[in-house]
Amino acid sequence: MNANTSSTAVLGNGSAVAWRDVPELPVQQLVDLAAGQIENGGRLCAWFGVNEPAGVRIVAVIAQDAENALLVARSEPFSGGYEALTPRHAQAHLFERELWEQHGIEPRGHPWLKPVRRDRGDGPAVVDFYRVEGSEIHEVAVGPVHAGIIEPGHFRFQCAGEEVLHLEIALGYQHRGIEEALVNGPDRRTWSRVETIAGDSTVAHATAHALVMEALANVEAPLKAQWLRAIGLELERVANHTGDLGALANDVAFLPTSSACGKFRGEFLNLTALICGNRFGRGLVRAGGSRFDVDTARSKRFAEQLRAARAGVEEAAGWLWDAASVRARFEGTGMVTGEQAAEIGLVGPAARACGLVRDVRYDHPAGWHRFAQVPVAVWPGGDVFARARVRWLEIQRSGAFLEEQIEGAPEGEERVAMPEPGPDTLAVALVEGWRGETCHVALTGARGEFRRYKVVDPSFHNWTGLALALRGQAISDFPLCNKSFNLSYCGFDV
Amino acid sequence: MFASEVIAHRLRTGCQTLRYPAGPAPSLPDRHGGALRLDAARCPAGCDDCLPVCPTEAIQRASDGTVVLDLGRCLFCGDCVEACPEQAIQRTGDHRMAVRRREDLILNGPGREEARLAKALEEKLLKLFGRSLRLRQVSAGGCNACEADTNVLGTIGWDIGRFGIQFVASPRHADGLLITGPVTRNMEMALRKTYAAVAEPKIVIAVGACAISGGPHRDSPEQLNGADSVVPVDLYIPGCPPHPLTTLDGLLRLLGRLDENLQRVGRGS
Repeated sequence: MNANTSSTAVLGNGSAVAWRDVPELPVQQLVDLAAGQIENGGRLCAWFGVNEPAGVRIVAVIAQDAENALLVARSEPFSGGYEALTPRHAQAHLFERELWEQHGIEPRGHPWLKPVRRDRGDGPAVVDFYRVEGSEIHEVAVGPVHAGIIEPGHFRFQCAGEEVLHLEIALGYQHRGIEEALVNGPDRRTWSRVETIAGDSTVAHATAHALVMEALANVEAPLKAQWLRAIGLELERVANHTGDLGALANDVAFLPTSSACGKFRGEFLNLTALICGNRFGRGLVRAGGSRFDVDTARSKRFAEQLRAARAGVEEAAGWLWDAASVRARFEGTGMVTGEQAAEIGLVGPAARACGLVRDVRYDHPAGWHRFAQVPVAVWPGGDVFARARVRWLEIQRSGAFLEEQIEGAPEGEERVAMPEPGPDTLAVALVEGWRGETCHVALTGARGEFRRYKVVDPSFHNWTGLALALRGQAISDFPLCNKSFNLSYCGFDV
Repeated sequence: MFASEVIAHRLRTGCQTLRYPAGPAPSLPDRHGGALRLDAARCPAGCDDCLPVCPTEAIQRASDGTVVLDLGRCLFCGDCVEACPEQAIQRTGDHRMAVRRREDLILNGPGREEARLAKALEEKLLKLFGRSLRLRQVSAGGCNACEADTNVLGTIGWDIGRFGIQFVASPRHADGLLITGPVTRNMEMALRKTYAAVAEPKIVIAVGACAISGGPHRDSPEQLNGADSVVPVDLYIPGCPPHPLTTLDGLLRLLGRLDENLQRVGRGS
C-alpha cells in the first residue's frame, strides 16, 4: 500500500473511528492523497462534505480492495473551492458535482460541473446538455415519464442517424431528501426511510444501516441475525437478477424466458415474505439483529419452495442461452471496456462483466459472509451478454448458497438490545447489493445524533457506465442496454 | 433445441394464471398480516403504548382522546400490534383495503374499526372503463417497490390483461393514472403535465403509503405528502408496498368486477 496511509484512518468494513482520530489534511493534500490511492488500486467509495462552523470539510472514503481496507481522511474546514480530483480520476465526477450542489464548494477544473439532482422549478433536466453540432446530428430527449412502469429520469441522446454519439443522463426526479431527513436521528422514522432508499434493494440498504448503527454503538448483531441478513441479501439478488434476465429476454422479443422469469422472480420475493411477511424484506433487518426468526418448519418450507423456483429459472435460462437469436442481440451490444470500468469506478455485476474482480462480499466481507462465501462471478467482454452471464452466474451461486445455508441456522437469539450510538464517531459500512456496492457513512455529533448521513447507492457509480455503453450504439438498443444495467433512479436520487 | 423444450414445458405446466377472482383469493404470507383493525373500545384509559412505536405517526390521539389509526400512512410493520397490551389493534389477514375516499382509511371508532372498502365507479364511468381500462403509471418519488409489485400484475401468474386492464406507454392512450411515490417536488410538474395529457373523463389511483400520505417521507420538504395534493384521487390502495393481491382487489373493486360472495376471506390471527 501507498506510504500515504499514515494520513488516513484504516477501517474494516462495518467499523467506526472517533471523529477526532480521522486525519485532517489541507484540502489539496486530501485530493493528492485520494489521487495517489486511486493510482495504487484504490476506489472512491464516498467523497462528501460535512458542514463546520469554519466552512466545509470533505470526507473521503477509499477502498483498497486487495488490503481489505477502507481508508478514511478529511480535509480541514474551508470555503470557496479547490483543484478538482475529477480531471485526474473520472470516478470522482459525480461526487464533486454533488459536493458543489450540496455545499457550494467549487471543484475547480471539473470538466462538466452542473447539478446532480437540483430543480430550478421546471424539473431537473432543464439545464444545458452536452451537444454534438453538425447538420446531420439530431437530438433525442426521453423522459422523465417513461413508457412503462418505471421510475423517472431524463435521457438526452446526440445521434447521427441511428448511431448514438453521446448520451447524457439527467436524474434527480426521485429526490426525497432522505440524507437530510436522517440528520438528527436515529428516530422512529429512520428505518422506514432507509428501507425506501431503493425498494428493490431494501435488504442491502437496511443491512448497511444496521452495520453502521452497530459500529456506532460498538455491538455486533447475533449470528442468527447475520445469517438471516445474508439470506435476505442473497434472495434479493436472485429475485432481481431473475427479473432482469426475463426483462432482457423481453427486450429481444424472446417471450418464453420473459414469462417464466417474471413468474419465478415473484417466487423468490415470496420466499422473502415467508421470512418477514414483506416481499421486499421490509422489517427483516433491524439494528442489533432481526425482527424475525426462522424455525425448522419454516426453513423446510423455504427449502422446498426454493428448490422449485431454482429449477424453474434453470430451465427458463437454458432456453435463453440456447437461442442463437438471443446471442446475436446480446453479443457485442453496449460495450464497456475493462479500462473504462476501472476509470469510472463501476461496481457490482456491471464491473464484474468487464472482467473486474470486485465484490464487497469477497473484498470486504462483513456479517455472515465472513463465514460462508459465495464465489465471485466474473465474465469478460463488457457487453450485454457479459452482464447477462454474470447475472445468471450469480443466480446460480446465490441460489446454491441459499439452499445450503437455510439448513444451517446458527443457534441463539436473533436480536440484542442496542445501546445509544457513540458521540462524535464516524462509521462506514459496505454491502454488496444486487447492483453492487452499497455504502453508508454516518457521523454522529456530541449527543450521538446523526450529524451527517451519507448514502452511496451502487447506481451512483454505474449510471455513467450506461452512458458509455451507448456510445456508437444504435439508439434502438437503448432499452436492452438499459435493462442489462437496470440501475436505480431513487437510489441515485436519495 | 429450446423450441421443443418450451412447448413441452407449456404442455406440462398448463395455464399458470391464478383462478382468482373466479376462485377464492390466495392467502397472504402468514407474517404479512393484511389489513389492520382498530377496536378503540379496548384501549385502556391513558395507554399510549402504540403511539411512539409507529414509524409514520399513523396512530394519533384525536382531540376527544380516542386513538385513531390512519391506514393511509400505515406501513403495516406491525410494531403497534406487538406494542398493544389489549389487542385493540389486530391484524385481520385480509388483503382487501382499497378505498374510494381518503377518510375511509381512517379507523376511529364504532363502525369505523376497519377500512370502508371501495365501491365501484359511478355508472357512466363504469360503462366507459368497466371492461377496458388503460392506465399510465407515474412514479413520483416511489422507491420502486410499489412499481415492481404493480408490474407483477402483468406477469403470467396475475395477468391483469384478462380484465381489460393495461398499462400504456402514453398518457394520450390512457383513461387514467396510477401514481406511486409521495410526489417529489422534482416530479410535480411532470405529474401535472401527464395528468393534463390524459383525456377526460379520467381517473387517478394512488398506490402505496407514499402516494396516499407521503409515507416514510411525509413532511420532508422535498415532497408533497402524496398524490392528492396535486391531482384528484379516485382510489387509494394502502401498503408499503401493497401486495399485488391488494392492488388487484382495488382495481377490480373499482371496476365492479368482483363477486362479493367469492371474496369472503378467513380471519387470520
